[in-house]
Amino acid sequence: MPEITLTQAPAHVRHGSSIGQPLTRRDGVLKVTGTARYAADNHPDGMLYAVLAVSSISRGRVAGLDVGAAKAHPGVVEVMTPANKPPLAQDPDEKGNPFTFRLDLLQSDRVRYANQPVAVVIAETLEAATEGAALLSPCYEAEPVRAGLDSDDSFVPPAVGVGNPAEERHGDVDAGLAAATVRVEAVYETPAQYHNAMEPHAVVASWDGDTLSIDTPSQGMAMAQARIAGLFGIAPENIHIRSPFLGGGFGSKGLISGPQVLGIMAARLVGRPVKLVLRREQMFGPVGHRAPTRQTLRLGAGSDGALTAIDHHAKTASSTFDDFFEPAANVAHTLYASPAIATSHEAVRLDTGTPQFMRAPGEAPGSIALESAIDEMAQACGMDPLAFRLKNYAEVEPVSGKPFSSKALRDCYTQGAERFGWASRPLAPRQMRDEAGLLVGWGMGTATFPALMFQAQARAVLRSDGTGVMETGAHDMGQGAWTALAQIAADGLGLDLDRIEFRSGTSDLPDAGIAGGSAHTATAGMAIHSAGADVIARLADLATADERSPLFGAGNAGVIARGGRLFRRDDESRSESYADILARAGLPEIEGRGSGATDPAAQSTYAMHAHGAVFAEVKVDPDLGQVRVSRLVGAFAAGTIINPRLVRSQYYGGMIWGVSFALHEHAVMDGRSGRPMNPNLGEYHVPVNADVPSLEAILVEERDPHVNALGIKGVGEIGVTGTAGAIANAVWHATGIRVRRFPIALESLIATAA
Amino acid sequence: MNRFDYVRPATVPEAVAAASAPGAAFLAAGTNLLDLMKGGVARPSRLIDLGRLPGLDEIESLPDGGVRIGALVRNADLAHHPEFARRFPAVAEALLSGASPQLRNAATVGGNLLQRTRCAYFYDTASACNKRAPGSGCDARGGENRLHAVLGWSEHCIATHPSDFCVPLAALDAAVEIEGAAGRREVPLEAFHRLPGDAPERESVLAPGELITAVRLPGEAAEFAAHARYVKLRERTSYAFAVVSAAAALRLDGERIAEARIALGGVALKPWRARAAEAALAGARPGADAFRRAAEAALADAKPSGDNGFKIELARRIVVRALTLAAAGTPGRVPALPASPFAPTSGAAPHA
Ligand SMILES: Cc1cc2nc3c(=O)[nH]c(=O)nc-3n(C[C@H](O)[C@H](O)[C@H](O)COP(=O)(O)OP(=O)(O)OC[C@H]3O[C@@H](n4cnc5c(N)ncnc54)[C@H](O)[C@@H]3O)c2cc1C
Ligand code: SF4
Repeated sequence: MPEITLTQAPAHVRHGSSIGQPLTRRDGVLKVTGTARYAADNHPDGMLYAVLAVSSISRGRVAGLDVGAAKAHPGVVEVMTPANKPPLAQDPDEKGNPFTFRLDLLQSDRVRYANQPVAVVIAETLEAATEGAALLSPCYEAEPVRAGLDSDDSFVPPAVGVGNPAEERHGDVDAGLAAATVRVEAVYETPAQYHNAMEPHAVVASWDGDTLSIDTPSQGMAMAQARIAGLFGIAPENIHIRSPFLGGGFGSKGLISGPQVLGIMAARLVGRPVKLVLRREQMFGPVGHRAPTRQTLRLGAGSDGALTAIDHHAKTASSTFDDFFEPAANVAHTLYASPAIATSHEAVRLDTGTPQFMRAPGEAPGSIALESAIDEMAQACGMDPLAFRLKNYAEVEPVSGKPFSSKALRDCYTQGAERFGWASRPLAPRQMRDEAGLLVGWGMGTATFPALMFQAQARAVLRSDGTGVMETGAHDMGQGAWTALAQIAADGLGLDLDRIEFRSGTSDLPDAGIAGGSAHTATAGMAIHSAGADVIARLADLATADERSPLFGAGNAGVIARGGRLFRRDDESRSESYADILARAGLPEIEGRGSGATDPAAQSTYAMHAHGAVFAEVKVDPDLGQVRVSRLVGAFAAGTIINPRLVRSQYYGGMIWGVSFALHEHAVMDGRSGRPMNPNLGEYHVPVNADVPSLEAILVEERDPHVNALGIKGVGEIGVTGTAGAIANAVWHATGIRVRRFPIALESLIATAA
Repeated sequence: MNRFDYVRPATVPEAVAAASAPGAAFLAAGTNLLDLMKGGVARPSRLIDLGRLPGLDEIESLPDGGVRIGALVRNADLAHHPEFARRFPAVAEALLSGASPQLRNAATVGGNLLQRTRCAYFYDTASACNKRAPGSGCDARGGENRLHAVLGWSEHCIATHPSDFCVPLAALDAAVEIEGAAGRREVPLEAFHRLPGDAPERESVLAPGELITAVRLPGEAAEFAAHARYVKLRERTSYAFAVVSAAAALRLDGERIAEARIALGGVALKPWRARAAEAALAGARPGADAFRRAAEAALADAKPSGDNGFKIELARRIVVRALTLAAAGTPGRVPALPASPFAPTSGAAPHA
């Protein structure tokens, strides 16, 4: 692969501990100069272009394709259809582990959702392939479409999210509601959303016999390797994936998608390298989305404002041919203390692509509903929303009864509220106006996301020139893995950052696990940390066993690695450089390995979550209903902060996503055809700069001795939660109108406007 | 991409001659046309690139105090032209409220007038659309039509014209200069775009091959400069088409309105001049009551074409808002959030 030259020592590097420093991104210069090479930037010799033809119906079968017309177009080399696709070793509809999803790889003429690939045109140029795809002019036999949550009978899904029970109960909710003096029942709706990473899914694939080389963005290279290996019947180690940079993933690049595999099949078919890049509108189908939800919240509280029951029910949808059920109700498990909590899910099957993990799956839609309902309950109790949340603060995880491994949520509430100026908030809605007469409202929400870990490995090397290497096939989706993981590596090796080489982003390196679940820094970071400890231990063994070393005999006292030297723990005047130790041992280098994984003992003892509090100010035009978030303050506690600059940026990104969730983002689905009608970034609205005038994220100090040795929780998704609800609550506070259908549309705010 | 001829005429007559072939299309900045071609919505067999035509990128002052704007003047250049912005502030504000800076830097005056509707079914070649494929039907009816027309629509088409620029132009009696095989002519902007009727595929009065060479604003239009605003309601603060919008311009005579100009955007398949509303204001004292009466008059004939009844009341309110802001006086410079309800206002609160 081309060399990736990262900035070795970004500005203001402080030698000593790298963890905790606000380093700028080491890949920043590459990105702003356009030299960071993304998957679609690769052009191997002899490469052809593949373009998908996708279905324009949601259900039925392809009755005809004008392959002749496409092939007759100058430049078109081949058209891949169910009739001539290369054979696969595995049925793409076969289910394996819970992370194996069914793919559409031209296995038949069935159409099960709109924008499903129905053929691939391969040509000498992108233009020829594009026109070839248009010339296929598919004809269909269409069948009636199931679109919308009411389109079919619902059922209780076998599991939600990944293997979580669809229904959970703690205490007696009916009794809790019966005993309540105040009850709130409300229904909230969230729409289908599409990940829409800036970089479309892309693959450049080259076969050499049974060896496959691919450039493709991946949040999980090892899983992609395994899936591709199974489909093509080749050994995983014969597949080399390069994914040094992702232009965003948000979950849609967690698992290899059908179109990416189709690019590989196309290369196999024509015996030449092939590039396949999705068009924006083709990302509205085969690469996942967040399913719509309709959530019913029933809350009961006593006259003192203490919750007596939380019943959170979510209706959602999966595709007709596979299972992914947005676990929206499960957010109620952890946040608020209540003697009775019930969560349940029901689902329908729609003629859509299979939904997928999308940033804060479950938590994002669940949180906006729960935080709105909590706000409604605070209002019904006549209490300030922060006071109400503190009244119902969960000292232990309510459903499991487990203590929290750490929980600095109180500090988040306090610091966020103070920074925001929450104390002067009038209790009643529609009390505040700005100097221009716009309605002003303040709302808040609690943020939460589990501290997860997957499994990862790393390999560490110390070299006799005093430098070190750390290897793990991690994934930088823009969150800053190249930087944050290198910081952990530097500390793990006891070297300054400019003395180490951090290798990442390819599948021939140790498996770094999946960059998802906000768990990548913790998981890959722990692997790196352990590999560092392992190689240092080996080096220490060399020194302490060698009587020529000043560290001889320090085996029991132990050593500390710092700045390329080992120091005797009990006598720091005695030390030796790595280079000297290796030179004397006659070793050019020494290697160590490490892994990172969940600690099952800690997991069964403690509830592990990151927390936060988000405060929002919105302005609403009283006549016209247009809403703008004028101020957002979030305070988050997520354990050890490896790099405050990157973490703040993750929080900002999450909070902006929350703005999007509350006010903008939704797929406009035609109820008759089941097709998304706004599959482009002009009409699929996300916030623009003008929508986010002021944003602040406070990093609240939190030490967690249990989540992992480094104390890292996750920061990638939590910012979405809390924020969306805070905005919805602020809109209510501004207008007195409670909108329960998201995103909040301006017409819902004008009906009773003054 | 389908194959097409590409020609780059050196003169206007050459351009007009080149456009006489069936399937020909003029290419200005291409911010709309190229998108349509990539989506397979437009498949011209010949592109006539106007980019090198001489003399069409000028902004000229006219003896009557008006201005003549060449068809190739970029949206951003026009909006930032100090003399133009001073004399026609509502037009500058409308331009700056459209699209994004990158698009405005490219998009031309002629292209803005002739940009196609944003109806999703028009852009989607799998849908029935009378405008794209005459006689095929209209999938917007009974479909996702929240943002469709409430005025001037027909059962054949309920789309809207998306331009912001055209709204104050309609209010200010702009004229469109046209050159074709049969020579030159000019048409009032108000009469330039066609309502759908039973032929929604015919969008303007241009005959095939006719070229827009300029847009002219008359000298009287500058007499409204002290009280002229454009307001645009959007689903995000910037980079979104109008849900509804309005241009309002007032010429005051002491305590009274001597003359009012009002046009609406986002409500019909053309910029909608509200002459009845203007008449209702002539001689009236500016104020909430008069403005509301004008708004009622402007929307008197409105009816929903789908799930968009709310747009009628919103359109009334945006008329009131635009008039209120115009009466308060044009700000010294275009606000940082042009045409936005969130633009800081000077003086009295314009809200209820
Ligand atoms: C994402 C996005 C957002 C946008 N948002 C807005 C918005 O908020 N408000 C708004 O008003 N606009 C908006 N626009 C539209 C934009 O203003 C138009 O795309 C632009 O004005 C078209 O100008 P152009 O020079 O690129 O025209 P082209 O795309 O080159 O041409 C458009 C049409 O006009 C014809 N044409 C061009 N010049 C002439 C001429 N001189 N004589 C005859 N025919 C001609 C072409 O044949 C073509 O049919 C947006 C566009 C995009 C892509
Ligand atoms: S409203 Fe007009 S543009 Fe839209 S689908 Fe109907 S005919 Fe086509």
